[in-house]
Amino acid sequence: MPVPEVTDSFAGSVNRITLGATKDDGGTRSSTVTIGGAKNVVYGGLVEDAGETPVVAMDVLDSKPEDWPEALVEPYKDVLDKPGDWAKKCVEEFGADLICVKFDGIHPDKGDKGADHAVKVTEEVLKAVGVPLVLWGCGNNEKDNEVMPKVSGAAKGEKCLIGIVEEDNYKSLTAIALADGHFLITAAPLDINIAKQVNILVSDMGFPLERIVTFQSTGALGYGIEYAYSIQERQRLAALSGDKMMAMPVICDVGYESWRAKEAKMEDAPGWGAVADRGPMWETATATCLLQAGADIIRMRHPRAVATVKRFISKVWKNKG
Amino acid sequence: MALTGLDIFKLLPKTNCKKCGMPTCLAFAMALAQKRAKLDDCPDVSDEAKNKLAAAAAPPMRKVVFGSGDNQVQTGQETVLFRHEEKFHSPTILAARVSDKLTGDDFKQRIEAVNALQFERVGEKIGIKALAVVNDSGSAKSFASACSAAKEASDLALVLVTDSADAMAGGAAAVKGRVSLLASATVETVEAMAKIAKDNGCPLVAKAGSIEALADLSEKIKAAGVEDIVLNLEGLSRQEQMYNASRMRVLSLKKVFRPLGYPTISFVSEGDADTQMAAAISLICKYSGIIVIDTVEPWAVLPMLTAVMNIFTDPQKPVQVEPKVYRIGEPNENSPVMFTTNFSLTYYTVESDVEASRVPSYILVVDTEGTSVLTAYSGDKLNEKTVADAMTKFDVEKLVKHRKLIIPGYVAVMSGKLEEATNWEIMVGPRECSMLPKYLQEMWN
Repeated sequence: MPVPEVTDSFAGSVNRITLGATKDDGGTRSSTVTIGGAKNVVYGGLVEDAGETPVVAMDVLDSKPEDWPEALVEPYKDVLDKPGDWAKKCVEEFGADLICVKFDGIHPDKGDKGADHAVKVTEEVLKAVGVPLVLWGCGNNEKDNEVMPKVSGAAKGEKCLIGIVEEDNYKSLTAIALADGHFLITAAPLDINIAKQVNILVSDMGFPLERIVTFQSTGALGYGIEYAYSIQERQRLAALSGDKMMAMPVICDVGYESWRAKEAKMEDAPGWGAVADRGPMWETATATCLLQAGADIIRMRHPRAVATVKRFISKVWKNKG
Repeated sequence: MALTGLDIFKLLPKTNCKKCGMPTCLAFAMALAQKRAKLDDCPDVSDEAKNKLAAAAAPPMRKVVFGSGDNQVQTGQETVLFRHEEKFHSPTILAARVSDKLTGDDFKQRIEAVNALQFERVGEKIGIKALAVVNDSGSAKSFASACSAAKEASDLALVLVTDSADAMAGGAAAVKGRVSLLASATVETVEAMAKIAKDNGCPLVAKAGSIEALADLSEKIKAAGVEDIVLNLEGLSRQEQMYNASRMRVLSLKKVFRPLGYPTISFVSEGDADTQMAAAISLICKYSGIIVIDTVEPWAVLPMLTAVMNIFTDPQKPVQVEPKVYRIGEPNENSPVMFTTNFSLTYYTVESDVEASRVPSYILVVDTEGTSVLTAYSGDKLNEKTVADAMTKFDVEKLVKHRKLIIPGYVAVMSGKLEEATNWEIMVGPRECSMLPKYLQEMWN
């Protein structure tokens, strides 16, 4: 039976960006990562319209995490206080496309380490791995403004993705990211209007829109994922409709958020199955779910979750199915 | 697609006879389009017009119901592609696969494992909603006895899965009395399968390898007198399946292409439990009405059920938790008391950070109609009165010996008035609840 044509063609698309600078490009990365480029909603239109394959950025913390559950510590137990080795393990053993250095240890409440430490960690990770880096502050504005510009400088010319900048705190990091040739993460607290506003503010400072990745905030499965899900879908639709202020690729913080869930870490939960399985599954489920709404970079933690998610991506995003 | 007033007008007698109570046929047509009038009010309308109008009024995706009593399930009747446009209506039904090769204790164990897959989340019960008995044996006799055993052992809705019309006839007879979903009719078996479905009053799955073939098949089934149809695209890669499912959703909802205006069913059995879960999550988000899964590991099924719950919540209605005092850990009369709002996202974030602090605490949830702290404060749903009332209502005074109340950092401004209203000492907590663990550990030790 002849079936009606579905001709949803959109005016806009998600920006396509390439992170990481190789030697030819003035950096030291051995490979680059290209993301974005979608011309339709997820699974809409033709397979070619999906753009670049979503990628996984695995988290490496600048300081040994004190509150990680057993199941998450296990795969990294030898490297938790060695960011370089940790990053190497993620890339070589677990297939990380990118490394996200998360500077928790500079937070005034979590170690209050200084810029020297952060710079040292950045250099160590840059040396240890050849993939592009994401450099993510601690969330304390004052401390981030003091330390992250130094981190940016330490990775100058590497085309890292650095952040985050928010509506009420964007100037210093935006200026330095611009000067050092990095890409920038603009963040909003599950509010699509604020997300757009931050992009406008940053671009008013002369930061090119095609060097921005947005972070809409992430809710884990069972903990508000539906808000993140719908905002990401709305952002994708806005990008497709030609809204230049919303045409950026999207990053999600799945690792941190899913491992906060009680389902992932509560030891004693009769009927839920072993906690060693639950954590990786909660992370896998959160990541897979957000992929359906449009996500370009997913920050993740557990190797088993990363493996399943990458396998899923390779099945549905590659051009030949 | 709803007809416009003008579309309807063309189908009316155009006599302006006023028998319907309207001055003109056009006025009547407009009233019909706005659902302010019934077609029956026109005594002269032709049968042809009646049929056309009835067909146009049907929802673009049919509702299909199976199972019986409290375990009846429904799928279909979706209206949108994206949940933020309205909402997704019929939560995906997760069905657990049961092979008819299992006998005796193995069969019993499998059913028990499935029955254990019931959980409570946010005060709501979620669980596996159906059993899919699969004719792996190839024997009609084994299938019939497995169907009958499944009916005996479980009250869940049943899906009978076989390509053989003989086996289906036996299976359907064995579960008579419980409306079961019959899966599936193919182009080869469509007549026999449709007859079984019709005779037993059961919905029928149409199975084909392409959208075009599926549309043909559903029309054949409908012509044979079965209206409750579920669609299954089979034999495709996961990628093709996802793209085709999206295309079918567009065809049924946006193009109102009736041959595809039915809910869909998917089968997920390849790979380990991790792989199955990832596949199921994507099918939950992207349009599968029913998913038959093989894994019965609770750690794989709970995330799937949670995803169904999350994706199918109404985006217009904030999810709320019950206003009351929640005990985190085992608090005593010296433990801290804090309040937050009943917006579930707010509450669960606070809860998880209080848990992380390992300081046993009481969280008083104030009814703010499901809004977050700042929204509730600016909307005057969170003020000294609502907080004081909640403290009285839930007897907070009796819980602790001290008189110290921790309030969210964002509403520090209400400290003074709240202190007056309650006579409690107000302690201003952090703005971000991720700082709660540190705050509680330092301020309360």
